[in-house]
Amino acid sequence: MGKAIRDVYGETIRKYGATNENIVVLDADVSGSTKSAVFGKEYPDRFYNCGISEYAMMGMAAGMAKSGKIPFVNTFAVFLTTLGSLAARTFMSYSGLNIKMMGGYGGLSDAFDGATHHALEDIAMMRTLPGVSVMVASDAAITDWMVKTAIETDGPMYIRLSRDAAPDCHPEGAQFEMGKGMVVREGSDVTIIACGLMVSTAVAAAEKLAEKGIQARVVDMYCIKPIDAELIEACAKETGAVVTAEEHSVIGGLGGAVAEVLAKAGCAVPTEMVGMQDRHGESGPYAALLKKYGLDADAVAAAAERAVSRK
Amino acid sequence: MTSEKKKELDALCLKFRRSLIEILHDIQTGHPGGSLSVCEILTTLYFDEANITPENAEERSRDKIILCKGHAAPMLYLELAEKGFFPMEEMKTLRQIDSRLQGHPCSKETPGVEASTGPLGAGYPLALGVALSDMHDKIDAYTYAILGDGEINEGVVWETCMNASKFKADRLITILDWNGVQLDGTTEEIMPVGDVELKFKAFGYNTIVCDGHDCAALSAAIKAAKSVKGIPSIILAKTVKGKGVSFMEGKNTWHGAPVQDEHYETAMKELGGAQ
Repeated sequence: MGKAIRDVYGETIRKYGATNENIVVLDADVSGSTKSAVFGKEYPDRFYNCGISEYAMMGMAAGMAKSGKIPFVNTFAVFLTTLGSLAARTFMSYSGLNIKMMGGYGGLSDAFDGATHHALEDIAMMRTLPGVSVMVASDAAITDWMVKTAIETDGPMYIRLSRDAAPDCHPEGAQFEMGKGMVVREGSDVTIIACGLMVSTAVAAAEKLAEKGIQARVVDMYCIKPIDAELIEACAKETGAVVTAEEHSVIGGLGGAVAEVLAKAGCAVPTEMVGMQDRHGESGPYAALLKKYGLDADAVAAAAERAVSRK
Repeated sequence: MTSEKKKELDALCLKFRRSLIEILHDIQTGHPGGSLSVCEILTTLYFDEANITPENAEERSRDKIILCKGHAAPMLYLELAEKGFFPMEEMKTLRQIDSRLQGHPCSKETPGVEASTGPLGAGYPLALGVALSDMHDKIDAYTYAILGDGEINEGVVWETCMNASKFKADRLITILDWNGVQLDGTTEEIMPVGDVELKFKAFGYNTIVCDGHDCAALSAAIKAAKSVKGIPSIILAKTVKGKGVSFMEGKNTWHGAPVQDEHYETAMKELGGAQ
């Protein structure tokens, strides 16, 4: 198992904090959880703990971005994208201000806290905002790259992180690029397009499928907006079936984005969507929740089999 | 403020009020009430207290004026046009297709507009963020945030107050356009905020009450605010919604109602003073 994504994030933002004086970090009283406190400890004069005022925090970040700062705004993804959404729409999207929204505790990763703390609609909400890029971190290496990219690339971004650890799913030295996805496992019978911690789950599913003679390709679609339409179309044509896998509602997230690409391309291949089936979660151990709601390797493998059988 | 300066600002305010009624009559849309109440506040800032011109608009050392109550955009545009940010002629395009002058201020489109505002409350934390950035970088500038008194119903205003106090934002000067009327009725009827001054004091603010239609009083209040260090200041500027046009004064129905021909005639007669 790799490191917890949040720990990687805290270390990474601290590390890159030295490279650019304009980086400022804001948190809403959960800096010990999101790990933004790691930056705060090293750069106290560039760290703003705004208390439990997510909306004001997003607005303050907008003012800082307007002043040439690069604000990283942190709290749990569910609160950031709901309480912060009007500021996100007005200042990040409409005004184009260079704000980096860092959604901690993505998906079901705040498992025991229950449905009120799960982020299962954030990708859908952020994806509709014109001009806002949306990315989802799947392992330690890509988390590092996302933070670096957020610093170096001017423009508003929403980056979804996780509370939990993810197995490394990219080889050392892998080159990522905004607007691109990456094939992490080759296969010719079906393509599993996943994001976040579901990428390693999809790889595990592909191994199970291989035992049954089904060769599944796995794509890490780490950048959901702008999305790599070219790669999606090529995978659909080459493998003839698609499964999307995300810790998110099947409505409007990665599954929705992939379906939009396939529909526009007139690429009618059997498609299955693994995700939360238009419902909320509950409290429980993370692994138990993933199993119950059909987000584990068995469920992804079963979806792939269904997709293949529909060819 | 010298009496000459006051005369000059009063004349500008009269000119802006006349232009406002003309334009809103022409286009049959836009918000007259809150534009008329904020006239002296904006004019005192743009033409006396604030260091902002089209020439220094890109410099961080300029003062920043953020009109949180974005529905008073027509008055903001008149001030900006008079300052030379864009031709006065362009006012005719207000709220029309392909115009730079949107119904609510747009920082991307309109020269001189510091922030896209309109969703009430949202502009206030942005103003704080600007002030805190300037303070961090030791930039000698002030950020002025203009709030409506209906706007302070929004929770984010008070979230921002807590942050402004915590971070000792003495470079943020807030001005409340305290006209006592919001869209659906008086503030007393719709959302009685109670003792507004006491509330801001309780949030850690230095408070100054003044006549919001007296440019000299506003100027003095701003100077007094600047002299207080270590805490944010708010100027509670007592105003009249629809100020200057008798039948609009204090009427919530004139928040966003179109100016018809008969209104136009009467209003222009009332505003007929020296040009």
